[in-house]
Amino acid sequence: MKDNIVIVGGGIAGMEAARQLLLLGYKPILVEKSDHLGGHVADWHCLFPDMTPAQDVVKGLVEQIKDANIFLETEVSFINRMKMGYNVMFSNGVNVICKAILLATGFDLFEASRKEEYGYGIYDQVMTNRDLERWFNTGDDKRITGKDIKKIGFVHCVGSRDVKAGNQQCSKVCCITAIKQAMEMKERFPDAEVYCFYMDLRLFGKKYEDFYIKAQMESGVHFIRGRVSEVSENMQGQVIIKTEDTLSGKPAKITLDLLVLMAGIVCNKQAVQTASMVQVQTDSDGFLKSKDNILNIIETGSKGVFLAGTATGAKTIPETAAEARAAALAIHNYLVAQS
Amino acid sequence: MIYQGKQKIWSDYQKEIPDNHWFYVRSCIRQSFFPASERYFLNICRDLLGKDIYETEHHTTCGGIAYHSDTIPQETAMTIVARQFALMKEAGYKNLVTSCITSFGNYTEILETWREFPELEARIRENLWKACRREFDKPEYLAHASDLVYKFRHEIASKAKYNLVDHMTGEPLRVVEHIGCHYSKMFPHKGVGGAEYPCVLSGMVDSWGGQVIDYPERRHCCGFGFRQYLVKANRGYSIANTHKKFESMEPYHPDMIITNCPGCPYFLDRWQYVISEMEGKTYGRNGYGIPVFTYEEVAGLVLGFDPWDLGLQMHQVAVEPLLEKMGVPYNPKTKYLGLNGKEIMKPGLPTVLKCC
Repeated sequence: MKDNIVIVGGGIAGMEAARQLLLLGYKPILVEKSDHLGGHVADWHCLFPDMTPAQDVVKGLVEQIKDANIFLETEVSFINRMKMGYNVMFSNGVNVICKAILLATGFDLFEASRKEEYGYGIYDQVMTNRDLERWFNTGDDKRITGKDIKKIGFVHCVGSRDVKAGNQQCSKVCCITAIKQAMEMKERFPDAEVYCFYMDLRLFGKKYEDFYIKAQMESGVHFIRGRVSEVSENMQGQVIIKTEDTLSGKPAKITLDLLVLMAGIVCNKQAVQTASMVQVQTDSDGFLKSKDNILNIIETGSKGVFLAGTATGAKTIPETAAEARAAALAIHNYLVAQS
Repeated sequence: MIYQGKQKIWSDYQKEIPDNHWFYVRSCIRQSFFPASERYFLNICRDLLGKDIYETEHHTTCGGIAYHSDTIPQETAMTIVARQFALMKEAGYKNLVTSCITSFGNYTEILETWREFPELEARIRENLWKACRREFDKPEYLAHASDLVYKFRHEIASKAKYNLVDHMTGEPLRVVEHIGCHYSKMFPHKGVGGAEYPCVLSGMVDSWGGQVIDYPERRHCCGFGFRQYLVKANRGYSIANTHKKFESMEPYHPDMIITNCPGCPYFLDRWQYVISEMEGKTYGRNGYGIPVFTYEEVAGLVLGFDPWDLGLQMHQVAVEPLLEKMGVPYNPKTKYLGLNGKEIMKPGLPTVLKCC
């Protein structure tokens, strides 16, 4: 049991925390339900604001945590509270007694088909931000490959800031992701008109505003402030969107060859189940509840259980990594105090 | 178009519709616009399918038009509806089926409001007691009459004499389905198939052999829209909306339109005449319009009832080309004969829109 630490989740937060714990002299046990490390970022192509290849980031972290005990395709079956720690049973049959648990369980991408009016899964030429990243990586998607794409639309805030969808929170990264993807599409289809339909542009991060200006000045992306109300399909299989340009005060109807829905970040439902095993509750936004949301965001009400990354809400990769480092240090301090 | 995607959504919006024993409330305006539709709903359900559908002459309007026109407060509309529920209770029924889409929307909205604000329901109970010494139970099930026809669509298909197919070629008829806005746009889970891709009418069309057309302005309002038409100065909006729909569906060459709202078939039918007079444009083949039907009329045609008994002579757009395409026999000489063989007078012919 001595200084065993279980990290649940092999995304950026889990890997960065594992890396820091290794540097601090621990040998953490990391469990990941999928067959690879990297979480959602592993599916991404390039990362804003410097267009860093996502694979470089993931591979760099994987390389640095190879000394950790890593179980892929493994889930937490149950956790029992003990006097001095926790007994954790994994789905692969391995049983671990540990002093600390880090929940780095990440997020789910909003299921875009739930916004029925946008026609994802109904109309051929509608895709999500994740589908587009996959196409950037593979070049294989019948919605784009081999097609003459002349007009592309990006809908921001799909399932974010949306009371009816049950997600009132901002997903934080969609605005800048939409701008990034719009610019990437403009590079691949220089003759195409590219539109971003947004409620507000929340460009708070380092170089984000530069990115936005570049999208307008150099790439010629059109930014229309208004929500898309409905999507339909014409005889040619193009999508027709109805929206409102709230700045000019006019309704608009635009025919597009491709519509990309910026599906937002929502809580990982499976994580809620795991968290309940260690009496970690969910907050009003559905994400895991921290001890408090100012100085103790990585701590929970349960002794020896810590949180990192998007398990507690939408975050950028740098924020996630910083939080993971803080969680690693908090775990170290906790274990020192225990001993 | 990914048909499986629609099927997935439909599976999320299935509605429990009891098989029998319904208290039926009629529409204020359908008996004027499409006089045989309600009668044939009752005939089909009672005589053909053997269902128990009860109605009483004591029921009134639901107040929906007045409510949506802002001429009565919501509490008044609620008390009117509470009285209908009291009549249902007195007759010994627990399931209520409405003929009108706006009534269905009105009843649904009221029941949902009472669920959210029970104190309001208590006040309405008091209002009803003070007004007419009646007490009510809320219905266990609320349905629109098109829900019932949707539920019985396979039984109707099994008794069909004609299908929604071109009898010469065997090709399915191309059918536009238009759902009344108050059916499920307010409460998607109360309608069969939800709000975005409802299947209450498309399910009937599929079962009876037709092919549903999904055109870009499928969701758009028919043009009635209450304020668009009830306020005379706004009627340009009404016809503009209808025009938008017809322009959108025109390239798909629809054979017919099926609707489930009192206003929609009326406006989609009559405005075709007005558009033809204003613009010189018609949307059907060879100068005809696109015939517009209620779902009861379509069920009646499929079941082999006489087109003039179904009231199809009251349509502005001629239905004869469609009857011929379906192979439904009709007698042109009896088109304008009323009950007892009396002449009911022939309408004047439009300038542009071809009529029989």
